[in-house]
Amino acid sequence: MAKSKPRIKLPAKAAKGEIIQIKTLISHKMESGQRKDKKTGEKIPRQIINKFVCTFKGKEVFSADWHGAISANPYMSFYTVATESGAYEFTWTDDDGSVYSKSAKIAVS
Amino acid sequence: MRRGILAAALGLGLSAVLAGPAMTEQSQWGPYQVGDVRSGYTYAAGETRDMQDDDFVNPAMLWVDSGAELWETVDGAAGKSCASCHGDAAESMAEAGTKFPVYFEPSGKMMNLEQRINFCRTENMKADAFKWEGQELLRLTTFVRNQSRGKPMNVKIDGPAAPFYAKGKEFYETRRGQLDMACSSCHVDNAGNMLRANLLSQGMSNGFPTYRLKWQGVGSLHRRFRGCNKQVRAQPYDYGSEEYVNLELYLADRARSLPVEAPAVRN
Repeated sequence: MAKSKPRIKLPAKAAKGEIIQIKTLISHKMESGQRKDKKTGEKIPRQIINKFVCTFKGKEVFSADWHGAISANPYMSFYTVATESGAYEFTWTDDDGSVYSKSAKIAVS
Repeated sequence: MRRGILAAALGLGLSAVLAGPAMTEQSQWGPYQVGDVRSGYTYAAGETRDMQDDDFVNPAMLWVDSGAELWETVDGAAGKSCASCHGDAAESMAEAGTKFPVYFEPSGKMMNLEQRINFCRTENMKADAFKWEGQELLRLTTFVRNQSRGKPMNVKIDGPAAPFYAKGKEFYETRRGQLDMACSSCHVDNAGNMLRANLLSQGMSNGFPTYRLKWQGVGSLHRRFRGCNKQVRAQPYDYGSEEYVNLELYLADRARSLPVEAPAVRN
């Protein structure tokens, strides 16, 4: 599978105190660990994203532990309050230790 | 909100029954229904339709995005990318999703979009053909077909395509497999009825390549054909086989005038 690619959607501008929705999507196969290789009969080891974190200026805004039964190409959406201009940082942590990250800016007036 | 949509759908369905066929013509499905022809969209659950409606949530858009990169990627001995010849896909490929499969004179057979892409790769780019149902081919096909989204399906079935259309129709209506079922047994005779827990659609091809929740990824129409064939316990044909391309032609005509939805989301 190609390297996981994240996508982020949040409003470019917001008023101070406004509630904004943040949408995220990442390409990932989310191998459950329950499947068997059809040819060899061996179990395919689990490989999922187990942690999702969103921070703003070093402070955690939202985080989630992911377990089995999360679908492939997981979509995550949540709400937060826009307080000041800056960049939201998003990180996804893979079972194999790799971290996928992306940031998105917002201008607050 | 979901419950509201469901109630509305039930309400409309009921009034359609009460008012008779005149009411179903002007259905709630907008472009997704043309006459009696209904896209698979109209059989999908509300949650699934919501996924398709929002380009951000639709996971198949990941395939469209990476397909756009492939469009620009130079490959092969000729040192060309798709864009070297075809330029801006939004313009050059605007009709491509509506008209395949087309009659291809050198081979004397029908050629579908996947085969056309691979033909371009081997002949014009001097690159290796993409593997059938491999991620690269799916990405590029999804990207190209997406350029025609919203345009009505409009395949040519007269002239040299006519005999292939007839073969496709024959395939569609031929019973096969241990269960002795034809495509039409489900998708014509029983569309709208339940097959165990599944609601049978009319089997329209306008949304392919489709993100299927069951597949957890994007798959081609031929993958769907193979799945259907296996379910009636018949021996499936190969990806890109003549039988399936002819069938694809027949299906494209069945879905005529429905908008191209690629990439659709289905369960």
